[in-house]
Amino acid sequence: QAAVPSQVVPGADPSARQLCFAWGPAEVLVCETLFGRRGESPSRGEGGPGRALLPGTLTAYVAGTGEGGSSSSRLFVVRKDQDIYIQTLRKLFNESHGIFIGLQRSEEELAGKSRKAQLVQVSKNYRSVIRACMEDMHQAAILTRDPALHSQYSTQVSILSAMELIWNLCEILFVEAAAAGPLLLRLLDWVRLHVCDVDNMVHEVLSSENPSKHELFWNVVDVFVLQGRMDEARHLLSKEASANPTSVNMYKILDDLMKKMPVPSLGNTQTLTEIELKWQHWHEECQRYLQDGTFASNSHMESICKILLGDEDAILEKKDLMTTWYHFLVTRLLYSHPTVKPMELRMDLFLGGESSPEPLDTILMAAFEFEMHQVIKECSIALSNWWFVAHLTDLLDHCKLLQSHNLYFGSNMREFLLLEYASGLFSHHSLWQLGVDYFDHCPEYGRVYLELHIERIPLNTEQKALKVLRICEQRQMHEQVRSICKIMAMKALRNNRLGSALSWSIRAKDAAFATLISDRFLKDYCESGCFSDLDLIDNLGPSMLLSDRLTFLGKYREFHRLYGEKRFSEAAKLLLMLMTAHIAPCSFWMTLLTDALPLLEQKEVIFSAEQTYELMRCLEDLTAGKSDKQKFQDDDVETMKVEMLRLALARNLARVIVKEGTLEGS
Amino acid sequence: AMEDVCARFVSQKISKTRWRPLPAAALQPPDLFATGSWDNEDNRISIWSVGDLGNVGLNGEYQGEPQLLCDIRHNGDVMDMQFLDQERIVVASSTGTVTVFRHHQNNQTLSANQRWEKAHYHVDQDASCGGAACTGVICNNPEIVTVGEDGRINLFRADQKDAVRTIDNADSSTLHAVTFLRTTEILTVNSIGQLKIWDLRQQRNEPSQIFSLTGDRVPLHCVDRHPNQQHIVATGGQDGMLSIWDIRQGTMPVSLLNAHEAEMWEVHFHPSNPDHLFTCSEDGSLWHWDTSTDVSEKPSFFHQGGRSTTYFSHNTINQSVVSAWLSNDPTKDRMEITNLIPNQTLSVNSLDILGPCLVYGTDAEAIYVNRQLFA
Repeated sequence: QAAVPSQVVPGADPSARQLCFAWGPAEVLVCETLFGRRGESPSRGEGGPGRALLPGTLTAYVAGTGEGGSSSSRLFVVRKDQDIYIQTLRKLFNESHGIFIGLQRSEEELAGKSRKAQLVQVSKNYRSVIRACMEDMHQAAILTRDPALHSQYSTQVSILSAMELIWNLCEILFVEAAAAGPLLLRLLDWVRLHVCDVDNMVHEVLSSENPSKHELFWNVVDVFVLQGRMDEARHLLSKEASANPTSVNMYKILDDLMKKMPVPSLGNTQTLTEIELKWQHWHEECQRYLQDGTFASNSHMESICKILLGDEDAILEKKDLMTTWYHFLVTRLLYSHPTVKPMELRMDLFLGGESSPEPLDTILMAAFEFEMHQVIKECSIALSNWWFVAHLTDLLDHCKLLQSHNLYFGSNMREFLLLEYASGLFSHHSLWQLGVDYFDHCPEYGRVYLELHIERIPLNTEQKALKVLRICEQRQMHEQVRSICKIMAMKALRNNRLGSALSWSIRAKDAAFATLISDRFLKDYCESGCFSDLDLIDNLGPSMLLSDRLTFLGKYREFHRLYGEKRFSEAAKLLLMLMTAHIAPCSFWMTLLTDALPLLEQKEVIFSAEQTYELMRCLEDLTAGKSDKQKFQDDDVETMKVEMLRLALARNLARVIVKEGTLEGS
Repeated sequence: AMEDVCARFVSQKISKTRWRPLPAAALQPPDLFATGSWDNEDNRISIWSVGDLGNVGLNGEYQGEPQLLCDIRHNGDVMDMQFLDQERIVVASSTGTVTVFRHHQNNQTLSANQRWEKAHYHVDQDASCGGAACTGVICNNPEIVTVGEDGRINLFRADQKDAVRTIDNADSSTLHAVTFLRTTEILTVNSIGQLKIWDLRQQRNEPSQIFSLTGDRVPLHCVDRHPNQQHIVATGGQDGMLSIWDIRQGTMPVSLLNAHEAEMWEVHFHPSNPDHLFTCSEDGSLWHWDTSTDVSEKPSFFHQGGRSTTYFSHNTINQSVVSAWLSNDPTKDRMEITNLIPNQTLSVNSLDILGPCLVYGTDAEAIYVNRQLFA
């Protein structure tokens, strides 16, 4: 069990003050509190499934630190994934998101070679994004005048560069898993690409007027030899040879040896045994020249010959030119075991001699030992972001290299890391949208995570709400759809935007809320005597059926329209129906009956005898329904209204009996 | 062709992209565009120049990437953005404020030129007043019309401090977009599937005409008017549907065309070649709708300047342009539809077309420029 690395939150001192914690999806809130100490040590909280079991980098970000002396309490926000907030890295997150999606969609069916080629291409795409980002960061470092910013950018450049170095090695060893010969060529490329410390020296010597007279001439030749750049080494040597006619023969022999060195080709036309045989011959030839003292007069050439023979001491002598142990490792491989198979690399591991290895060394060493899980674990500890491990692990998983390994918590390593990364994205005010797709590709817990995170997105505009809603609707997250619509409806209601509020509750099919809003409309109508938001109420369409109250609102408005259009008998029929079919709430009956008054007072008789009886019954039901106690409390206006209605109904009945009698009689 | 598209990741989600309009007699294609961002703690208005086309750099790299000329902080999400003229840009904010920014071309800077604070606002139950998102803006120099979540319509003049006219509660639902129909009339679309015409000369605070989608009142998000045939109007809806309306007749759309799988955020007729229409959507696609009948008669885009109509002396105008968009079943006849972004995942929030050039911006924090749209 490796020790979980701990980091100190600057300014937080548990010995001086009691601290309390609140665990968020990607952040921890640490507060100083005056609350008395009860238990021994305050919480060691647990966030989600499996959270905090794998060591992650906790980076402190102090927000709103109280400056007011010891009495004021302080609040700390500790973020797990600080890199999410680096502006220049947003390019990395966005561009790699596209690659990630492409990889998830890529066809698994592609057979052997073409599938591998596809995966290698994906790996290269990821690396080119890292490189592009590094380039931008480098530019930013050059352009900035702020020294703090400059050092921040420079740090980022070196972190990105280390990430690319590790990724590249993993690509060679795990993704491409090159065969013996090509593997070595790939490793040499890797060394050339990443050991850049000597590039300046090489450039200086090559661009000098007379390279062979340059004091660093032999160093450059050695660099070329150590990196297996034979053609360049020979070219440089030929210059020196022409300047030393006396020892031209010696140069010729060395040149010949370098030329004849068997190099495995990418074309792979030779078998391993063929190369081994050639190698053996060449090796013996080098040995012969060394022993018969051909190069004895020139220590530089003698040492090169020793290097060709894979002499460890001779190679180690050039330690300064290799700068890193992994350069040394690859050089040793080149000159002692050129046909090394991937699995044999571990035998050849040679410690660089440094007493305490840096995290980068540990990671690369683990990679050379084919300890994939160790690589991922070390990277998780060393890097201040989840981006790297999440994407690398996902790629390795697609290479079918991680299947056997299941965690004893959560799902598997791939999913665990993707969840961590995506949670980090969701803690960002803007990058949360990228996180959605990552959760989508976590079969076990992705959905739960998404549900928990998406509800916490602040919805400051309707447009943003629509985007969040779309995400939920596409995934049939009904609960979240309802909650978002409800939030928006509540907001609209608070802002007195009844129309909008109704639209949102209709979208959520939230009957209770639609009823609530309908009541507001009706209340406003009762108070002001006219309807607001006619454009909406007149266009309810089928959504009117969502709630009884909404139906009533729509129908009641229809009554007003009919009345306004002087279609009195239709209006009367509808009005009566609203009561008899119990569409109208009882509390509204009095208003409806009052609405009937002008119809009863029309010159022409509108309500038939039967309808008048029904109206009367409605009125009696209403008054009878009220308890005696209520009756006493009713004000005079109400009593007068009832009396007026009774009178109007009676008069109407009289008129209609006469009219209907006349009609029958005629 | 896709290879003509230059992309640039800009580390901010792009909500709007707009070409700077060309002077009337210009012969060259547009070279400058503006973008606005959203959902950032620090949103920005940026001016970009398109890179040098076909210019290959010293190391062989392609120089076509858009270059940032200048930018300025913007308070709130950029909800909409329109050039008022060659130098001034009107920006609608989620805070309800409408700002006119001036682009100083001599020293490449941006400055806030004029501002209408809380042009859109809510009065809540406690009668305190908070900003409401301004969702749409349209300009016809010097006039500026804005609409918002508060259902309000404002008419401003670039040179006046106060609104020339405000229609409070013009719409009970959210107004999503606005465009000019004629100089005194505007078109708005709202969140209950209605298209309304407002005559700004009339003092009545009601629309002069209401059109609406039947059935499920699918919200409409964008609107554009045919540049030459003003009675032809295109709108895009929440379901990704493209609707074509003939505002001379009926109250329903003439045709409904299945398009995107999610919200259609913008619809634009090509300003000088309206046989072509462009739409973009939350589903991450951008579609090119082409109703030009005869491929061989495609007009040359060499002389694109502003809204020149020279090529309309072309004899196909009467058949193709008039009938293409209004025919009952345009898909069957002569509509060619191409998705210009095959592998996109996140929303394309905005697009703009001018001459042979297309610019669009996405939630994947990238802007794209295609300068050979018809190649």
